[in-house]
Amino acid sequence: MSRLRQTLPENALDATDRAILNALQEGFPLTPQPFEDAGAALGLDGAELIARLTRLRDIGAITRFGPFFDAAAMGGAFCLCALSAPEEDFDRIAGLVNVHPEVAHNYARDHALNMWFVLATPTPEGIAETATRIEAETGLTVWQFPKLQEFFIGFRVMA
Amino acid sequence: MSKLDPIDRSLIKATQAGLPLTARPYAQIATWLMLSEDEVIARLAALQDRGIIRRIAVAPNHYALGMTANGMSVWDVHDDHAAALGAQVGQLDFVTHCYLRPRAPVWRYNLFAMLHGASRAEVEEKRAQVRTILGDALRADDVLYSTRILKKTGLRLQDG
Repeated sequence: MSRLRQTLPENALDATDRAILNALQEGFPLTPQPFEDAGAALGLDGAELIARLTRLRDIGAITRFGPFFDAAAMGGAFCLCALSAPEEDFDRIAGLVNVHPEVAHNYARDHALNMWFVLATPTPEGIAETATRIEAETGLTVWQFPKLQEFFIGFRVMA
Repeated sequence: MSKLDPIDRSLIKATQAGLPLTARPYAQIATWLMLSEDEVIARLAALQDRGIIRRIAVAPNHYALGMTANGMSVWDVHDDHAAALGAQVGQLDFVTHCYLRPRAPVWRYNLFAMLHGASRAEVEEKRAQVRTILGDALRADDVLYSTRILKKTGLRLQDG
């Protein structure tokens, strides 16, 4: 976990590594030898691409390589929520929020709405139920900000 | 959206930590689940067609790659233009997690875009670029920096 908060030395990645990070942001082949096929576009053979991905994972440059699932499409639901916790009571409120397994992550942010968390529940109804429970336990309003539309284009590193 | 059958669920569980980094990853998964390689590939393709798999890709670690500052930029954009402008903002290289969300009585912003940079100054510079794109449709904006991670767990398919 701690390595998530470490920055790699600037020379940790060479141009090929950066090209791999940019190329593998979508469209990985569903073919028997996908690394061979994906590597061809990068001028690498499959074994070399695998070796580089393994190293990128081991040094923490990537956190994961694989399918990204849509929680909503799997029948679950997802909702960004926020509340305003009084500063002096902030840690206690964070504890009351975090104890719910439905809270996937939670960040303190510098705003009047100072606590932002994501609820993930197996059913759509679970979002409102969990939010209502947190409101009852904290005495605070939980504002819900479900996504209405998503715009995705991958993050790019300087090649 | 039709429900997932037990084989789809086992496939999701087998791959949610990542694909095996081996020459024939789908054949490897097939041996774990006692399926054929062809079936694994066909089912993953079907899950992708149904939108359950959004993409098969690397997840870069922004922090390790030097993007140590990130700010949740939020924008009050005129509703008539929000979808078209959101799509333009989402295309910027330094933006991840770009969404339209509802407003609330205490919250006027409808467009959210996570901005990544090597420093807060760089994030602010990127904010200025987004501001230029939004032009006259922009009514107000703010950026919320995270001050602490209070909880972080991976999203996992639940049993049942």
